[in-house]
Amino acid sequence: MPPPLQAHRMLLSHRRISSGPRRRFTAVSSLSSAPAKTVVAPGPAPSSILSIRESLLSGERTAVDITSEYLSRLRRTEPSVRSFIHVADAAAEREAEELDRRIASGGKDAVGPLAGVLVGVKDNLCTAAMPSTGGSRILDGFQPAYDATAVRRLREAGAIVVGKTNLDEFGMGSTTEGSGFQVTTNPWDDSCVPGGSSGGSASAVSARQCVVSLGSDTGGSVRQPASFCGVVGLKPTYGRVSRFGLMAYASSLDVVGCFGSSVFDTATMLSVIAGHDKMDSTSSSNDVPDYRSDLVSPNLLESKPLNNVRIGIIQETLGEGVDTGVISSVKAAASHLEQLGSVVEEVTLPSFSLGLPAYYILASSEASSNLSRYDGIRYGKQVPADELNELYGDSRANGLGHEVKMRILMGTYALSAGYYDAYYKRAQQVRTLVKKSFEEALKRYDVLISPAAPSAAYKIGEKTNDPLAMYAGDIMTVNVNLAGLPALVVPCGFVEGGSAGLPVGLQMIGSPFSEGNLLRIGHIFEQTLQDLSFVPPLLADI
Amino acid sequence: MALPLLRGITTPTLFRANGMFCTTQRPILAHFSANKPESSVRTAAPKSTQQATREGQVVAEQNTQGFEAVIGIETHVQLSTITKAFCSCPYNYGSQPNTTICPTCMGHPGALPVLNAEVVECAVKLGLALNCNISMTSKFDRKQYFYPDLPKGYQISQFDIPIAEKGYVDLDIPLEFGGGHRRFGITRVHMEEDAGKLLHSESGSYSQVDLNRAGVPLLEIVSEPDMRTGIEAAEYGAEIQRVVRYLGVGNGNMQEGSLRCDVNVSVRPIGQSEFGTKVEIKNMNSFSAISRAIDYEISRQILLHKESQADQIVQETRLWDESSQKTFTMRKKEGLADYRYFPEPDLPEVILTTEYIDEIRSSMPELPEAKRRRYENMGLSMQDVIFLANDDNVAHFFDSTLEHGADAKMAANWIMGDIAAYLKDEKLSIHDIKLTPLELSEMIASIKNGIISGKIAKEILVELISKGGTVKSVIEEKDLVQIADPAAIEAMVDQVLTDNPKQLEQYRAGKTKLQGFFAGQVMKASKGKASPVLLNKILGEKLKGDC
Ligand SMILES: [Zn+2]
Repeated sequence: MPPPLQAHRMLLSHRRISSGPRRRFTAVSSLSSAPAKTVVAPGPAPSSILSIRESLLSGERTAVDITSEYLSRLRRTEPSVRSFIHVADAAAEREAEELDRRIASGGKDAVGPLAGVLVGVKDNLCTAAMPSTGGSRILDGFQPAYDATAVRRLREAGAIVVGKTNLDEFGMGSTTEGSGFQVTTNPWDDSCVPGGSSGGSASAVSARQCVVSLGSDTGGSVRQPASFCGVVGLKPTYGRVSRFGLMAYASSLDVVGCFGSSVFDTATMLSVIAGHDKMDSTSSSNDVPDYRSDLVSPNLLESKPLNNVRIGIIQETLGEGVDTGVISSVKAAASHLEQLGSVVEEVTLPSFSLGLPAYYILASSEASSNLSRYDGIRYGKQVPADELNELYGDSRANGLGHEVKMRILMGTYALSAGYYDAYYKRAQQVRTLVKKSFEEALKRYDVLISPAAPSAAYKIGEKTNDPLAMYAGDIMTVNVNLAGLPALVVPCGFVEGGSAGLPVGLQMIGSPFSEGNLLRIGHIFEQTLQDLSFVPPLLADI
Repeated sequence: MALPLLRGITTPTLFRANGMFCTTQRPILAHFSANKPESSVRTAAPKSTQQATREGQVVAEQNTQGFEAVIGIETHVQLSTITKAFCSCPYNYGSQPNTTICPTCMGHPGALPVLNAEVVECAVKLGLALNCNISMTSKFDRKQYFYPDLPKGYQISQFDIPIAEKGYVDLDIPLEFGGGHRRFGITRVHMEEDAGKLLHSESGSYSQVDLNRAGVPLLEIVSEPDMRTGIEAAEYGAEIQRVVRYLGVGNGNMQEGSLRCDVNVSVRPIGQSEFGTKVEIKNMNSFSAISRAIDYEISRQILLHKESQADQIVQETRLWDESSQKTFTMRKKEGLADYRYFPEPDLPEVILTTEYIDEIRSSMPELPEAKRRRYENMGLSMQDVIFLANDDNVAHFFDSTLEHGADAKMAANWIMGDIAAYLKDEKLSIHDIKLTPLELSEMIASIKNGIISGKIAKEILVELISKGGTVKSVIEEKDLVQIADPAAIEAMVDQVLTDNPKQLEQYRAGKTKLQGFFAGQVMKASKGKASPVLLNKILGEKLKGDC
């Protein structure tokens, strides 16, 4: 048995649970007794996907029951959270009925690994049967002709897409306030942002409006909102998941990632969406393991399950500008990892601070090019004009938001003749340095850890007029995108705020394609975190 | 989606202006009748055209006195791959608008390019054919600008590392244009994608976008500024077209826009080493138009120099207007356009291996220049050489005929004469006819062996071309074997002389021209089968003897 968590070091504010006999990881037992309350049960995060699967296969619950449970929670919470730009409730109910018919007619073998699992999809991922706006007014009403590869794979595995989640326009932002449609709130405190840009996907899982969700991560857009909303967020290795159907922000940095309320659910998602796609030539053809197979139930773990694991804690992420509550949460997480048997040492990444400016130059440069297609000619909003340049200008001026325009301008400038060498080319050189310094560190350590963000969720409106402060918030995450590495964020503690504290996430960074190892360590960490619950107070009130 | 647009983007008629002189030498260029040079067979042009050429050259020389033109060409070659460069849409010229499109070539959100490997193969083939160095590692870049026919707002192209560079092309200038061998440098060959097309409404109040062509693979070939005359430039273009067709990488059709040449022309006083201000000319859809447009532009620029108005030559794009035979300003270039090139992050680098290149090299056909040199070494005239090597189908037919043992000169004459004339009349290509190289060689052998006369051969040839079959079967079927028996011919001669006493009398009275009449009558009686040599010999003897 792993040692119990030293709770006092981890928590400034948290919900305690009564100690009792340790549950089986699958959470089936708890489901059978009180299925509707699974989501508020404290303790190690159970796998919602597993419990759904087992109750479907055992006949205990129908897909319609499960769907209506989530949909009714969605309807109750959505007025305050506003995670979704589009809710496909009717379609979800239809698909659930169809699934029940298949199960009833004995087609249990044909039930996919995500059968009956309600998925939220970030609205910059194309979906054939639903609008896809990328959070931008310029695509208001746009309905793609195809499903993004990640979405298609989820559907093929039996998942039910419940709707499209809110985001900062085209993924450019860290608060989801940059959406062209609405502001999403944090389920832990509705005066706070959920983080971004995948804020809708993170808040939807946090509020249990859906089981799992898809996001995208260009500079931290999965990891930071996961941290702010107290859910698990995975940014896979660049190329691990096809980008086909993801509205490009910065093509060399963009990855499709996923959110779950447990590491197990996140691993299940990755197993389904990962793998080579002939439609994306930057997708990797490396084999996709079953990421669930190494995730052992906590009661089967040996006493020091992380023996032989070497962990480096990145010093540059624990200094000035980082909230003390965040630092103490991460340090407590580090000592928990030590107690699990791993060796934790301090590690320095000299090029760490260079990453942020390099990231903003590269991401803006690529964005200025990627967003040229939103010109009002073939689809999306067109402002009529007498003259071509006017048509372009008016359509884009009208359809694109402030932050997007700013990044297009920055990128256009950086790529202009005479400036290219000083900006784009230099930034590429910095990128190479960042990559090398990670490579060096990951030769010595299996995993590097850091906070996922310098603070917990902050107030809505707090940074809207200070873009540099918002950009600085990405310091923990952008280097990982520059290096193309996988990183997992697991909730690890709380800081003061809201009615029940605000969650803090621990970021674990690994070598390329080491998602299996990250998920294994993350799972052990999560399952031994027995005194913490990351179910937001919003649901406790229900 | 209808689109209000600036008016008349590429309509040359809008730029028509008066009062400009013209040095068009249209008749000389009959040779460049668009994309089927083989149709202008040897019967078309001999003396009159050469005369006109000489006059034209004199005019041109007078105009260029003291000045020299410098010409470079950018050629876009559309590849006839089964699918587009970065998606799996097909491309067929002339399809209904927007019928061969998909999210990728329409630039829809989230769509990504995937490189068609065939494009790389074509690029390597053309690069090797143009004697270029092939880059073992090259990459794609984005060339960015806004235009409604460019769906993504950028064109996927190659910027600083083209797939092939530093090559050259060898060609022979036809005799009627002065003859001579030339070598023109090739700066680079790179891969890129085509844009769509704009369809302007008749009223001019809106335009529509057809994206069928968007994403079709192109190879852009940039020449060194090595050409000096319109003819040289046109011959360069024609040689590129031949190479493209020989390799089978594209159809090289200029009318359909599968081969497009943009020309840069500048003029400088002879002896000056730096270039003059260059002007770009577009909108020429035949090699003849290229030659005429360049010669017009050279004269225009020289005149400005002579009138001390050289400052009026500015960096601009001019359009060739076929109806007025002039070039007109399309747009002035204000500084260099900034395309903000940067590496295409959606596509990995293109990495080639030596084995890959060697395999392509070993599968390459014999190219036009090698063919011409081989034909030249056979002793064929340069006119024959150029004609035969012009079309790879014709060259292939000729080569096969020789493989069956035919005499080169005779085979060349038959192909360039009767066969070419037939093809021209019927508007056919050589692979459309039923005549096989084997039968042509058989026919030539039959003439040589005295089995048939040249005249009979012409008859047989028409039969073989239109209906097929073998020389032997046609000869037997039509009973066409030449009569080479002196006794038989003598009998026929006697008969003709007997049957035409009046003419015989006149002949004897001194009207010796009538020998031709008698010969004709005998030939007629023999149904053309009498050996002409024997006939003339016997007839001559008879007429003389009777005197
Ligand atoms: Zn296509």
